[in-house]
Amino acid sequence: MLAVVTMLLAVLLARPAAAQESPYIVTYDHYLEEPGSLEVEYFSTFGTQRGGNDFLAYWMEFEYGAKAWWTTEFYLDGQTTLGDSTVFTGFRWENRFRPLQLEHFVNPVLYIEYEQINEADKIIKEVEGHDIEADHAGPNGIARQTLDHELEFKLLLSKTFKGWNVAVNPLATKNLSPSNPWEFGYAVGASRPLGLKASSKPCNFCPENFIAGIELYGGLGDTQSFGLHDTSHYLAPAVAWNFPSGWTLRLSPGFGLNDNSHQLLLRWGLSREFSNFGGVVSRVFGGRP
Amino acid sequence: MKLGRRFRHFVFVLSTNAFVALGIYAALAQSDGSATQDHDHLHHSHFAELAKVPERTRARRNPLATDPDAVAAGKKLFGQHCAECHGTTAEGGKKAPNLREEEVQKATPGTIFWILTNGVVRRGMPVWSKLPEPERWQIVTFVKALPPSGACRSEGAHSPHSRLETDLNADHQQ
Repeated sequence: MLAVVTMLLAVLLARPAAAQESPYIVTYDHYLEEPGSLEVEYFSTFGTQRGGNDFLAYWMEFEYGAKAWWTTEFYLDGQTTLGDSTVFTGFRWENRFRPLQLEHFVNPVLYIEYEQINEADKIIKEVEGHDIEADHAGPNGIARQTLDHELEFKLLLSKTFKGWNVAVNPLATKNLSPSNPWEFGYAVGASRPLGLKASSKPCNFCPENFIAGIELYGGLGDTQSFGLHDTSHYLAPAVAWNFPSGWTLRLSPGFGLNDNSHQLLLRWGLSREFSNFGGVVSRVFGGRP
Repeated sequence: MKLGRRFRHFVFVLSTNAFVALGIYAALAQSDGSATQDHDHLHHSHFAELAKVPERTRARRNPLATDPDAVAAGKKLFGQHCAECHGTTAEGGKKAPNLREEEVQKATPGTIFWILTNGVVRRGMPVWSKLPEPERWQIVTFVKALPPSGACRSEGAHSPHSRLETDLNADHQQ
């Protein structure tokens, strides 16, 4: 309880900061959270479901820049299936590490995540193994009874050149049950601000505040059956609108590329960055900001 | 996968505690890092980074050096992304150095651009290559237009440095 009150107090006391967020929702570029800053994000996904009811999945992210080379992030997931119920589906804890100091031709970041989610989870933050649309057709009451503990590893490769960012994220996931194989997936993204020069006055509608992009993501099977078959793939245009006040709005309609995929995953998200969150927490615990 | 109830509870408690502990550690480690270094050491160690910039990139010219809007745009970007650590008047803070010091003001635009692009990750400055190149040059233009510490008093009230100083002080008081 004390930790929750402390966190809320720190968010209230920390200053909102202008952000330059990418439009990606699934793909990661190599940029980490600024040290001491906390980004609070809410995302929502509306998904169509053949053989079942459409759903609205949502998650909260708390992303903290522990160091300039280390970002840690905590997720809470939930979903509402129309005509069924609303359920909390679990949590994730992710860490991203930047092993190299300088910018290079390609910039790697190491990603490791522990997730404890039940099988009613539908946020589809990544596609792995042989994930298909039919996996989400079952009633919540049954799906939520199976709890998964997974470790997920990603190699985030990213490059920004002449305003364009290109990011490639291969991933490998291991369900901690010994009988489950390693599962694989991918996400690829490209994005660019609509304006490369900043205007001299603060403005909400300046082209540099908008970043447009596109994401392609899907599964790659598992150790027993590797490849693009029997899994789902999505193509999703995306746009981020970075307000000078520190808010960022993202919108991304995703389209399934084969019969195993949901026909539509309409995602949107709202986030706000709070600078010096670490300093405020430190002050609460008696340290110096 | 079905794991034992006690094991699930153990993993949940362990991961939750680890998350909270790491958050607190990160916050405290950040403040300890700045608290234990005295000002002079911080000052010299930060400016030592300028000497590490490769010779080839130091000579890069600022393509926006004569752009009439570059200082104002750079000031806006500085306020959004840099002022948190370097201070709204760019005179430094607990985490980052004073950008009006002689070392920075004598550095070439290419040097400042390189530092901005690559950051000084192990000292806490993030890479800023996510800002498009023209925006980084706008920030460089602003930094190079900053009045050196104490310069305004000797230049008079109507110099360009004094006007920028007045703007920055007004921002600082808001």
